[in-house]
Amino acid sequence: MESRIVISGFGGQGVLTIGKYIVYGGMNAQKEVSWMPSYGPEMRGGTASCSVVVSDRQVGSPIVTMADAVVVMNKPSLSKYLPKVKKGGTILINSSLIDTKADRQDINVVYVPANDLAVECGSARSANIVMFGAFVKKVGVITYENAISVLNDSFAKKPAVLETILKCFERGYNLD
Amino acid sequence: MSKKILMKGNEAIAEGAIRGGCRYFFGYPITPQNEIPEYMSWRIREVGGDYIQAESELAAINMVYGAAGAGARTLTSSSSPGLSLKQEGISYICMAELPCVLVNMTRSGPGLGGIQPSQGDYFQTVKGGGHGDYKMLTYAPSTVQEAVDILYDAFDKSEKYRVPVFILGDGLLGQIMEPVSFKPMKEMPNPNTKDYATTGKHHGKERRIVNSLYIEPEICEPKNLELQKKYKLLEEKETLCEEYLCDDAEIIITGFGTVGRIIRTAVDDLRARGIKVGMIRPITIFPFPGEVYKKYANKQSVKLFLDVELNAGQMIEDVKLNVAGKKPVEFLGRLGGYVVSPEEIIEKVMEVIK
Repeated sequence: MESRIVISGFGGQGVLTIGKYIVYGGMNAQKEVSWMPSYGPEMRGGTASCSVVVSDRQVGSPIVTMADAVVVMNKPSLSKYLPKVKKGGTILINSSLIDTKADRQDINVVYVPANDLAVECGSARSANIVMFGAFVKKVGVITYENAISVLNDSFAKKPAVLETILKCFERGYNLD
Repeated sequence: MSKKILMKGNEAIAEGAIRGGCRYFFGYPITPQNEIPEYMSWRIREVGGDYIQAESELAAINMVYGAAGAGARTLTSSSSPGLSLKQEGISYICMAELPCVLVNMTRSGPGLGGIQPSQGDYFQTVKGGGHGDYKMLTYAPSTVQEAVDILYDAFDKSEKYRVPVFILGDGLLGQIMEPVSFKPMKEMPNPNTKDYATTGKHHGKERRIVNSLYIEPEICEPKNLELQKKYKLLEEKETLCEEYLCDDAEIIITGFGTVGRIIRTAVDDLRARGIKVGMIRPITIFPFPGEVYKKYANKQSVKLFLDVELNAGQMIEDVKLNVAGKKPVEFLGRLGGYVVSPEEIIEKVMEVIK
């Protein structure tokens, strides 16, 4: 079993962080993992992305060309990565910032108004955490308990924000 | 072994070097290896070492030359165009027989090329990018953990043979994050106990001279022959190679560095389809594990070799030299920063077995 995932959005939206949470969860579950950022002459406000692989065997190529799951946080990412979702795969779309619909019938499309939900939860900057919650529910790869443990570890030094973070995660997880 | 932590290749390599005794770092920025100097800039001072961002690559390699001459454990890292600039210094260090560790997180060339992963520096590294008949103990790690383990012992090896240890990585190895574990800090050897080190603390003893100039042929030739003897010894003692599922293989896929891990996936997937493939992955590219290729080239069951590289075909020359015409050697390469995928390798295998 191997899950190949791409997470993409504007720099600053926390897309690289979502990737790291999934990888930490994979490590907690004794899986083989890799995380690879897009690196290059990225400009401020430009698109950043990362490729994440969670696998039962040693990870070969960390570069994801066709993905089992894609998370897109901004509009340019949607047009770039929609064709790269495998048939039967899943795309999670941040519908707060992306007003277009995914024009594919052979994949699961999930719309998550991540920014709006994050604001509702009291943390406008935590749209990525909402998205992470939605990802864990709709795609899986790591379990709910595992994800909670990753967030607890990641925010161990910032207990003041942990409560809001967990609220954002739950909001994404309990979408619908 | 400590608990596994998630770390970027470049940073993990820097930490591996520190654990292996690196105390002096000299470098100049270039993508995709910038996390090495960045990490070193704060980390090396925690362990009592020092860091200089030099004014150029030339300065950096010559600082390495100087620090190595004084018996320090020193490292410099760069990426392709930066390594081109360092070649003169490397050649001097090899003639002066000083130990140091050099890292190249290769990007695509020629010229400034691009910043994405490539393996176009194989020739430069093992065939002599600088002038003269020199070699370096050169490793091409495939994973972050393998790189860290190589760095951990790199200074010991370098001092044992008095040759630079060279790590030929690429942008992929530098940028990937993988779980990695570290061994404890090594005990540091005292520079004063090194019989080549010009520490300035040996009054009355025989003078130690760091030098790469031998004007007289009657001195320069024996000096060169000594170097060659040492390189022969490296071939005998330090050659490393991974053989994966080669025993009954009809097709042997080969590649070095990060391509090795991609070949492994392709081999597993082809095996699942019932196709008998295996992999030879040189871990040292100098010394080159030629004997391993000879062994399989002589095997009846092996039908052909497929060499995969992120260049236009460089290591394939060494592969062909050892396969020696006994079996066909096919090639698959990507250029300009594209990384070959397992699917492309599988497709190529299906094409060549038709």
